[in-house]
Amino acid sequence: MAAAGNGSTPLLSIKGLTASAGDLEILRGIDLEVFAGEVHAIMGPNGSGKSTLANVLAGRPDYKVTSGEVLYEGQDLLKLEPEIRARMGVFMAFQYPLELPGVRAWQFLKAGVDASRLHRGEEEMSAREFDQMLKAKIEEVQIDPDLIKRAVNEGFSGGEKKRNEILQMAVLKPKLALLDETDSGLDIDALRIVAQGVNMLRSPENAIILVTHYQRILNYITPNYVHVLFDGRIVRSGGPELAHELEEKGYDWIKETVDAGV
Amino acid sequence: MTSAPTKYAHYLADFQSLTQGPGSGAPAWLKDIRDNAWSRFSATGFPTARRGNERWKYTNVGPIAKIDFDLSLGPAAANGSKDLALSYPVEGPAVHDLVYIDGRYSSELSSPASGSSGVTAASLAATTIDNSFDLESQVGHYAPVDDDGFAALNTAFLHDGAIINVADGHAEKVTIRLSYITTDGAGPRVTHPRTLVVAGRNTDVTVVESYAGPKDNVYFTNAVTEISVGDGARVDHYRLLLEGEKAFHVGTSRVKQEKDSSFSSASFTLGTALARHDLEVLLDAPGAYCSLNGLYLTADNQHIDNLISIDHAQPHCTSRLKYKGILDGKSRAVFGGTVMVRPHAQKSDAEQTDKNLLLSQSAEVDSKPSLLIYADDVKCSHGATAGHIDADTLFYLRSRGLDLDTASRMLVHAFASEIIETIKPAPLREYLDTIFTAAIPNKSLPIASVR
Repeated sequence: MAAAGNGSTPLLSIKGLTASAGDLEILRGIDLEVFAGEVHAIMGPNGSGKSTLANVLAGRPDYKVTSGEVLYEGQDLLKLEPEIRARMGVFMAFQYPLELPGVRAWQFLKAGVDASRLHRGEEEMSAREFDQMLKAKIEEVQIDPDLIKRAVNEGFSGGEKKRNEILQMAVLKPKLALLDETDSGLDIDALRIVAQGVNMLRSPENAIILVTHYQRILNYITPNYVHVLFDGRIVRSGGPELAHELEEKGYDWIKETVDAGV
Repeated sequence: MTSAPTKYAHYLADFQSLTQGPGSGAPAWLKDIRDNAWSRFSATGFPTARRGNERWKYTNVGPIAKIDFDLSLGPAAANGSKDLALSYPVEGPAVHDLVYIDGRYSSELSSPASGSSGVTAASLAATTIDNSFDLESQVGHYAPVDDDGFAALNTAFLHDGAIINVADGHAEKVTIRLSYITTDGAGPRVTHPRTLVVAGRNTDVTVVESYAGPKDNVYFTNAVTEISVGDGARVDHYRLLLEGEKAFHVGTSRVKQEKDSSFSSASFTLGTALARHDLEVLLDAPGAYCSLNGLYLTADNQHIDNLISIDHAQPHCTSRLKYKGILDGKSRAVFGGTVMVRPHAQKSDAEQTDKNLLLSQSAEVDSKPSLLIYADDVKCSHGATAGHIDADTLFYLRSRGLDLDTASRMLVHAFASEIIETIKPAPLREYLDTIFTAAIPNKSLPIASVR
């Protein structure tokens, strides 16, 4: 697979990754290289393991990595606590963002920004500087500024929660963004706004892994690569045209080709 | 004539010193109230958790009964006690500060009502009580001593106390701060703080009632508060329990609400070896609304017991009850909430919740919310929870770069803030937010298991 991005070292390199939840093995040998500047779409039917992959990379404690290796900027990612991964630039937009009653959005976002800055040996951001930055990001991602004055996600609609994830991503400026089915449950307007947010983040310096069930969002975000995950393995990789093929033929086509040993 | 079993001999001696000493000049009606209360106390004594006594099922007051506490009868000593009085700033002209040191009114530290007509804020023992205010029909009217040993004991020692009366139709908003302070003594001290608030028709009164004492001393505060909320009146009541870590505190509060009145309370507890607050609100006329909130943060072997009862005695009343506890160490919280809806109290609307966050594996909660509904056209709900920090929520914060401790503290603070946010005066809200935030333990917390 040719690298679209710059440099010869991948930002993320996954080799032979297997992971389980409880006694259930979900990832059964994932190999994937992601270079800075790339957008990878990971598609697959329900239960194929695509959300698990995003969550394992973000460090969710519910999953146990049973074998394999994940290098992020050349470091063993799996050894790091989730907060260290975040500070090093790994961000996951949650499929089901949690409501945090009593936690002010401002305070929450600033704590995240400051944690990353301190990790890099920089000083905390002044409240004034942060205010200005946040204001600009709120305009960029077109989120209602009143939502930010409330507790994080409390009483938000599904679309507002997803948009808030995109705002967090814009504020934290990750090097590796993992979008876990961010598009599911969104109407077409919300989908467009979310896609715009993702496209804004896209740059030669960072990479995006877009986990999705539907081809729909790929009308707005053009990936460099599309991978099809099935039964815990990547069974097919290709360019954007693979997504269209999937859309036409459906996941049954994948199942049939896998069963036939193609 | 009074008589008492020998086990209360110490209290009897104190009672006699009071009635023959500083309390001897009291009016006849007050002497009668005290004598009657002493008879009740000597007959009932301290409550026990004996079978069938649901009100004291989970709280053993044996440690209080065992200690011979000293009653301070001397004049209030002001030196050094000012530090324990409430120090956050309050704004507005109509602010009255009453400070009690070891149960005695301190004129030196207080700044009561000065020449504001329509407002009485004074010590019961003072002679300045407005003659137009019928004390006799009010004191002890809302908190009868019939069935409660602690209220009886408090009433028997009725001498000083805060008397707040805001006359009918007084338009200006009134703020009263009451600081009940116990000082460093030779032996364990007892005080019997007494508060009476009568908010007249269409008045707007804020009462901040606080209790504090030395950190390392054993002492006992036995408080009674009576509040009457007149037609269309609004009372915001804040009860701050900031007692020392070895203190015992038993509080009895009784509230009676008239037509279209509003009573909002927020009760905060930090410290205290054993704290009990027994709060009863009587919604005695249509259109009355009450909102009762509470927050407690306990550690070590602390024990806190909230017994709350709301009586929907009349139709078209609304009540909201929300208590939250944060428990660490081997501490224990007891919550008993009862909402009673009487047969003709149709269109009653009541909600009660008690939520507890456990910061250790050995903390314990006994929560018993109950509804007694005898009317058919009502809207009532209740619920209670107790659990550890939620693992998924914690991961959400960590995935944004917050370390485990910072994330845990943020979530504990968020849990508390729902109650802190109910405080209307900003300086008081910030003051309590600061002291509660400082009290959140800095440690890794147990996490609820997922799935």
